[in-house]
Amino acid sequence: MNEPSSHSAAPRKLTGAEIIWECLERLGVEHVFGYPGGAILPTYDALTKSRVHHVLVRHEQGATHMADGYARASGRVGVALATSGPGATNMVTGIATAMMDSSPIVCITGQVGSAVLGSDAFQETDITGITLPITKHNYLVTRADEIAISLREAFHIAASDRPGPVLVDITKDAQLGSCEFDWDAAAPRAHRQVPDFFPAPAKLDEAAALINESQRPVILAGHGIMLSGAGEEVRRLAETADIPVALTLLGLGAFPASHALNLGMMGMHGEAWVNQAIQESDLLIALGMRFDDRVTGKLNTYAQKAKKIHVEIDRAEINKNVHVDVPLIGDLREILHRLLPLVKANRHSEWWSQVHVSKQDSAVRDIQNLPDSGHLYAAHVINDLWRETKGDAVIVTDVGQHQMWEAQYYHHEKPRSLITSGGLGTMGFALPAAIGAKFARPEAEVWVVAGDGGFQMTMAELATIVQEKLNVKIAIINNGYLGMVRQWQEFFYEGRYAGTPLLSPDYVKLAEAYGIPGLMVTERSQVVPALHTSRFHAGAALIDFRVEQEDSVYPMVPAGADLHAMIRRPTPLVERPTDD
Amino acid sequence: MTEREKPHTFVVYVENKPGVLNRIASLFRRRGYNIESLAVGHTERPNISRMTIVSSIGEGAAHRVEANIYKLVNVLSVEDVTHASTISRSLALIKVEAAEESRHRLMEIVRVFRARVVDLAPRSLVIEITGAEDKIHALVDVLRPFGILEMVRTGQVVMRRGVQERANESASQKAARGDTRQSEQKPGSELTGANALVEAERPGSV
Repeated sequence: MNEPSSHSAAPRKLTGAEIIWECLERLGVEHVFGYPGGAILPTYDALTKSRVHHVLVRHEQGATHMADGYARASGRVGVALATSGPGATNMVTGIATAMMDSSPIVCITGQVGSAVLGSDAFQETDITGITLPITKHNYLVTRADEIAISLREAFHIAASDRPGPVLVDITKDAQLGSCEFDWDAAAPRAHRQVPDFFPAPAKLDEAAALINESQRPVILAGHGIMLSGAGEEVRRLAETADIPVALTLLGLGAFPASHALNLGMMGMHGEAWVNQAIQESDLLIALGMRFDDRVTGKLNTYAQKAKKIHVEIDRAEINKNVHVDVPLIGDLREILHRLLPLVKANRHSEWWSQVHVSKQDSAVRDIQNLPDSGHLYAAHVINDLWRETKGDAVIVTDVGQHQMWEAQYYHHEKPRSLITSGGLGTMGFALPAAIGAKFARPEAEVWVVAGDGGFQMTMAELATIVQEKLNVKIAIINNGYLGMVRQWQEFFYEGRYAGTPLLSPDYVKLAEAYGIPGLMVTERSQVVPALHTSRFHAGAALIDFRVEQEDSVYPMVPAGADLHAMIRRPTPLVERPTDD
Repeated sequence: MTEREKPHTFVVYVENKPGVLNRIASLFRRRGYNIESLAVGHTERPNISRMTIVSSIGEGAAHRVEANIYKLVNVLSVEDVTHASTISRSLALIKVEAAEESRHRLMEIVRVFRARVVDLAPRSLVIEITGAEDKIHALVDVLRPFGILEMVRTGQVVMRRGVQERANESASQKAARGDTRQSEQKPGSELTGANALVEAERPGSV
């Protein structure tokens, strides 16, 4: 290990590879998730002199999800590193995942020498071309003296405004070449994307007037609250004007689940009364959310009675799916700071009683309170996990039924306590993202909640957990199907289960092969003891929960249907024959 | 419900760097919009290029494209000038069959259209015309019966008439132009920044 780099302004002569690590250190990077290869070898060679901790992944997709999980858990930029060609293309899914969910990551890839660019050289691929539509920006760097400015800009762009992934592709000769390293001269340009819009006071007055006059307002709370750090301001707005708060999937945790004004999750698998409230509302106050098709259902029947205020940092989201009456473009927290003094204290008791009526009207689907029928439902597992961890864990989910059950049965009180792939819906996300989250917040209890399908996509990263001696807990919700697809086949394809029955390995033996203790749970009574055993084990642990095979997520708005037209859970649930 | 499509003209200032055209073209491509005309060239500012892009799309689509172009890091400004008062020009070279007997009538047409003959060969001539789209269309229609052998068109270039502040120009864009004054936002005054643009936005369909 060398001396900590002296942060003096005096230029020194360094190789491009050394500049990469020097920049990462100065940018505050502690961990890099990567996989070496030919075109990035000079950079790996220089790693031996750096203080940055390198985490060897088992697949480059894992590296990007780890960087993503790191970013989502901490709010800091996550960094992934790979070689050219297949190393770079393996990153594509992770980059697209980060793009869809506005997660700030920087991916650094090696590239063949600049002299052979475009010649189909060994392991050459046009990764800047490939990732152009799925990055916020990307760079092809062909000279050592361009590395520092590119990396500094990349970090700035990734984290500013609406965050997102940035890729920096660096040719081998740029890594090998050397130049005077001048940190200060490489300061990112004040390019145009500095958040330079700000709503006119007249617009704020208009928004405040709508809020003050509204009889049936609903706040739609999204991921932007986390990204802007506006949780406190949103709470003050809701409390001042007595406004129910509905959350998007990525918004869970932005407003405490236990708060009296929290309605719950909206959308396709949201609570029926939440969607009902949105459909009956006279004013939607959308905060850092983007009216995704999974939350609106059919657009021309969506919230027809409501005026809409949309607070959003990305101008391209305004009027994209839903026409809004008052757009307020800019940083959510700052806008709320200016809006709050204009909002009058209010009470909406009539509106609340209307909401409570539709809540009671909803089909009972609280499996947790039903008597033990011998069946193990995923909801039991999630709800017990919530009770056992007192809602204090960081839960990293995969994609599918278990993801929706997590959203319904784990009640998130704090921002950044649920990490999940929302926009892209990337199976295989959970395990690597949890590794990133654990590096970001080593003190936190981190749980992977994954289905048997998604887990098998990236389970090679179990080795990364062991090599890094990480204390990550894993709950596999194992139902022997690609469950969400199976559910759609049951509902919309007359139960023809094409390609959805799924074989799994013996996960307990698999875990043990990696040196991780594993448990299998088949009955409800075993859930809490197994969680307890795993939680108090000093390292990683895995539980294979064998849950009801053909359970479905309720309620559900079929894709493209009216938001208020939900499929409810058929009742009674527990009277199903026990021999099926 | 599909939106009524009409030609939209975007004026985009970009950094003169490799790949910028690709980034912009990609925003049209991924939405299935065709670029009908494209002109790119240097501007009065060093390292800044100006693009004029014409695409037949709906009003809502035009707003989405404009907002997404604006998000590109290498883009300094973008403006949809479709509804603005502008001068629009493109240039065409048209090679027409010109036998001895039709040559005189062709010269007459060229004179009426204020075009020019830039090449004269035994069996053909090449006409150069500069003008707005409809003028070029009109000439092409008139020439067609003579037999058009070959034609090449430049993309349209478009410029606003008079001098005015671009409606969607932000403070940092002004800074990029060398105007560092911070614009004071007074209630009732003309809106600056993105909100001015959004003010005018009405989605064509949902």
